[in-house]
Parts: sequence; structure tokens; C-alpha cells
Amino acid sequence: MSHPATDLLPSATPVRYLAEDGTTVDGPAGYTQPSVEELREAHRRMVVGRRFDAQATALTKQGRLAVYPSSRGQEACQIAAAMVLRRDDWLFPTYRDSMAMVSRGMDPVEVLTLLRGDAHCGYDPNAARVAPQCTPLSTQTLHATGLAYAMRRKGTDDAVLALIGDGATSEGDFHEALNFAAVFEAPVVFLVQNNGYAISVPLEKQSAAPSLAYKGVGYGVRSEQVDGNDPVAMLAVLHKAFEHARAGKPFLIEAHTYRIEAHTNADDATRYRDSDEVDRWLDADPLARLEKHLRSIGALTDEDVAAAQAEGEQLAADLRSRMNAEPHLDPMTLFDHVYARPTTQLVEQRDLLATELKAQEG
Amino acid sequence: MAATTMAQALNRALRDAMTADERVLVFGEDVGQLGGVFRITDGLTRDFGEQRCFDTPLAEAGIVGFALGMAMGGFKPVVEMQFDAFAYPAFEQITSHVAKMRNRTRGHLTVPMVIRVPFAGGIGGVEHHCDSSEAYYVHTPGLKVVTPATVNDAYTLLREAIDDPDPVIFMEPKKLYWSKEDIELRHLDEPLGHAAIRRHGKDATLIAYGPSVPVALQAAAAAAEEGIDLEVIDLRSLVPFDDDTVMRSVRRTGRCVVVQEASGFAGFGAEIVARIQERCFHSLAAPVIRVSGFDIPYPAPMLEHAHLPSVDRVLDAVDRLQFTDEPDHRYLTGAHS
Repeated sequence: MSHPATDLLPSATPVRYLAEDGTTVDGPAGYTQPSVEELREAHRRMVVGRRFDAQATALTKQGRLAVYPSSRGQEACQIAAAMVLRRDDWLFPTYRDSMAMVSRGMDPVEVLTLLRGDAHCGYDPNAARVAPQCTPLSTQTLHATGLAYAMRRKGTDDAVLALIGDGATSEGDFHEALNFAAVFEAPVVFLVQNNGYAISVPLEKQSAAPSLAYKGVGYGVRSEQVDGNDPVAMLAVLHKAFEHARAGKPFLIEAHTYRIEAHTNADDATRYRDSDEVDRWLDADPLARLEKHLRSIGALTDEDVAAAQAEGEQLAADLRSRMNAEPHLDPMTLFDHVYARPTTQLVEQRDLLATELKAQEG
Repeated sequence: MAATTMAQALNRALRDAMTADERVLVFGEDVGQLGGVFRITDGLTRDFGEQRCFDTPLAEAGIVGFALGMAMGGFKPVVEMQFDAFAYPAFEQITSHVAKMRNRTRGHLTVPMVIRVPFAGGIGGVEHHCDSSEAYYVHTPGLKVVTPATVNDAYTLLREAIDDPDPVIFMEPKKLYWSKEDIELRHLDEPLGHAAIRRHGKDATLIAYGPSVPVALQAAAAAAEEGIDLEVIDLRSLVPFDDDTVMRSVRRTGRCVVVQEASGFAGFGAEIVARIQERCFHSLAAPVIRVSGFDIPYPAPMLEHAHLPSVDRVLDAVDRLQFTDEPDHRYLTGAHS
């Protein structure tokens, strides 16, 4: 199937419907605007999501998490990603997408087991319809594409959302995934959260493309760029992308956003970016922007905001208390799930460990 | 009954597996209309349709990663890597994801799939077409690695690999594709992990797999003429490894030569030797010797004969097993070390 290239091209500037001060601006036609109710829901989830992110960051300082990659500043992307998914759709997150997973309804403790260090994946992906958080870059975009194609072959209209960052668009797997998705008409949406840096490497050293969204065009994948700090635009573009995907036309989105915190708590962001830049992005805050907008149209009250904040506090308190309990891990489980049935060699090693553990007890 | 080639046996295994289970899909580069560059998938698209056997874009990481996603979605992909060295772009997908998905998700997500890798040399192929890459895969927990050496094993091991609940790297010895046997293909329906004793003997054990099995058998036949009675074990499955069959044989014979076509340094043969000396030390009458390809990049086709372990090289190793009371000066002076 071939398209005129112009049908695939992203708009010349990122799609935007809300200015930084919360006033509406004329965005492109062709996108259905989210309802006020949906925006109120987005606001609530963004408040809770930000509180979750702050709590997780605090847990690293207390040594409760081995590492946490904050997504503060990327709330519009994270929450819109969770909101556009239907129950049976799949999410393929990266290590920075914990907020989206929590917003999808997952237990925050289960989401954080990877980062605490007690299990690679603390939940049942089939039950959550969320793949393991991926730490290699872009590898999961191919899994997302394959699973999307499998779902299409089974005759459902479920779709898949694959999240990646800007640096991951340089990886070969990303390009192979776009190509496979287009050739096999897989119902998959690729959402690139371009937060400006791949750890310390700025976008201009990552890509010379006019927009990362242009990377879809050469594969025959319709692409769009969007203001990633505008929740209205994020929801509008993601809804459109899922319409396309469910019809067998994959979609690539570049969301322009910014991570306010460092890459992780182990990173020193002052080595590669100045505080003026961070301040400029703080002025573009997605949560404040939505709040101003909803207040200006009379759709949000002080009570609404307080209720969302209370919900966030409740989640944070629950997370704190549960993360303060030491997980009880049985070393003997090391040998579980390597193969459906352990090899004789693994059985021998399991016996060795059992003997060692017994000796330590005695 | 007409003789069956290994290539035909593999084709039959794919056909029978696709007939038995609708979830089995075959895909890769050139596997559709062309039937694969070695014709292993010949006629599958014609007979099962493009939904069941199809060509993909030319991208190995893409093929394997896409297959993993399809396995998550309930299909059983059997993908072809076309040539050993062409599989390297898929290495990250294989080692970081295919091998680990069961473990990463504590058994919630399993990805039963087969990755067919035509491997090893002896066919006059140009560079990047003759690598013996099994050591990379056997070193990765979570993968099973098997390689047939006989026509019937090509059939039965591939059927078992497709039925296996874990991902299997299926290494096909290219130079044996055209080997023939007059047999009726039989599905043994046993779990992977059993070695076969191809020839019984009492003086020493030759351990081989894949393309080296016929070499070991020829060497055993030649040694028999000199009065040396060699046992030949065909491993069939590298992972799981059949310690039981190997150790029982070596304890009985007390002498052992391991034959592999791959380069020797840190190869799979080193693992076998280490396991034998850990378990059979007091039964050994001589050091366990490896016969392998040299530690060089696979040579140009006109020189491969000098690189590949030959019957003579295997027989030389057998000579070094000290069958007499006379000390073997070559071994003692370290001339071969």
C-alpha cells in the first residue's frame, strides 16, 4: 500500500491547542478535541502522577529504590498515553514510563520492583496488558509491532502503544519496527517523548532531522509532532493515532517535552544543561497549563484540585509505607522460570545453593 | 522408498508441524515464493497460504523481535536466519529478550519459538556464510540449542523444537542438507536433551555434534581398521546437555576426543572437556583432547579444507590418547599444546 508522501508528513510545527498560559490557541483542524470531562480526568491523573513521581524520587534518597528515572515535566505525555488505551490494548513502556503505568491502574509497588531491584518485572504482563518495562533502547518497539500484528491476525481491533525516548530513535530496532509495522499493517502507535536529552547528549547531536516525526515518513508511517506539554494536543493526536492504528495504519508521534529532573538520581544534569533552560521549561509546565485552562473555563475548582492532591497524598503515603517494608526474597527462586523444566545442570546448581543456604543458617 | 535428504526432512517437519498446529507460522527472508535459499521452506506458501508462510523485510533483528511479539500474542513462529553470520544483527533480540522473557516475567510471558540458523561450513561459501556460532547461543541461559546430524533427526528435532515450550535455536549443518537416508521419517515425540550413541565402542569416546558427526563416524571406521574400537556420541542437543550419556560413555572407555567445527578457544567443546574432567577424572586414562577449527575467522572457501577438522586430524588426536604403555612424547613435550 502506498500513500502520497504529503499524507504522511507531520505538521510544520508541533500541534498545540493550549498556550503556556493556559489560553487556547488555533491548532490544526482534523483533530477531535478532548471533552472537558476528559480534561478534568487528565488533570486529576496528572496531579496524582506527579505526586507518585516525587515520592519515587524521594525513595531513591532513602535508599529504597536502586534508581528512579523521573518523568516530571512529561505528565501530559504519560497521562495521555494511559488515557487513550482501552482495557485490552497493550502498553510497551520504558524505564521512564512508570507514571503512565500507574495511571493505567497498576499497583505502584509492582511497577517499582524493577527499580527497587527485587524482580525484573513485578507484575503479570498479560493481566495488566503492559509489557515489561524495557531498559535496552527501542528493542520493545519490535515486540509491540509483532504483538499488534498477532492481535490483528486474531481479528480483534485492539491496538498497541510503544513508548520510547528521543535517543532511542537512533537505534536500528526503531527503524525496523516502523518498517515492519507499515509493511504488515500492524495496529501500533509509536510515541516518542523527545525530552531533549539522551542522558547527556542533546537532540542536535542525536538527529539532524527537522522533526523525529519525519522518521516515519520514509517507511510509509503517518507521523505527527505535538507539543508534549499540552495535554489537550496530546490527547487529540493520540486519539487520532489510535483510530489509524485500529484501521491497520501505524502512527508515529514525536512529543516535544522536557524532563525537569536529571536522567536518573545517579546523573548530574548540571554538567550538560544550564538552569536557565530548565527554568524556561518550568514555565511550560503541562500541569499548570491545564489547570489554568480548566479554571479559566470554569471547569475546575479549588475543591477539585484539593481532592486530586489528597488522592496523590494517599497514594504517596501508601507507597511509602509499603516500600518501607523489606521485601522477602527467596534465593532459591533464582532457578525458577529459566526454562519450562529445569535442565539437569540447573537442578545440580539449585541443590548447591540450597546446601550453601542451609550452611549459612546453621 | 526414495532416499530423503536432510533438506526434505526439514521441509516435512515444517509441513507436519503447520498441519498439526495452526499457530505455527514460518517467516523470514526469501522463505515464501522462493522457498528459502536452501529450499527448506519449499512450497509452504503455496500449500498453506501467505498467512502461514511469508517473506519479511530484510532485517534480522526485526524478524526476531517481531516473532517475539507474535509469540506473546499466541502464535508459534519458526523464523529463518538464512545464514549463520546474518543472524548477528538479531543477537540482542535473541539474548536480551527471546532468552529472558520467561525469566524476566517470572513465567507470565513465554515465547515458544524456533530460530533456524543454517550454520557451519564445508559448502564453499564466501565469507560470512560459514560461521559456527553455537557458542554464542549455548552461553545464553534461557535458550535451547539443538543441531541434527542425521536425516531423521532433522525431522524429529525440528518437530520437538517447535513443540517445545521454550525458545530453541535450531542449528542446521549446511553441508549435510544434501545428505540422504532411505528411511521413513519418524516423530519420536520426546523432550529435547538426549544424545545418541551412533556407534558403540570400548577404547575411546568421540563426542561430536552437527556437521562433525559424519567426520567422527568416518574416523571411527578408519580406527577400527587399526584395531581401535571407538564409541561415537552425537550430542543432538547442546542445551540441555546430556551429561548422563556422555559421562557414562567416558567412564567406560576412559578416553575421549571432542570434535567441533567451530574455533576451539572458549568454544562449546571446552565446556564438554571441563565437564568431563570434573566428573570423570578418576576414570580417565588420558587427557581429554579437543579437535576443532583453528582460532581464525572462517577462511576463504579455497582454504577451508585446511581449517575444518578432518578425519586425519581426529585420528591424530585418537593416537594421542596413549593406547600403549609408552609415553606419548608429543603430548609430554607439549608440541600440540
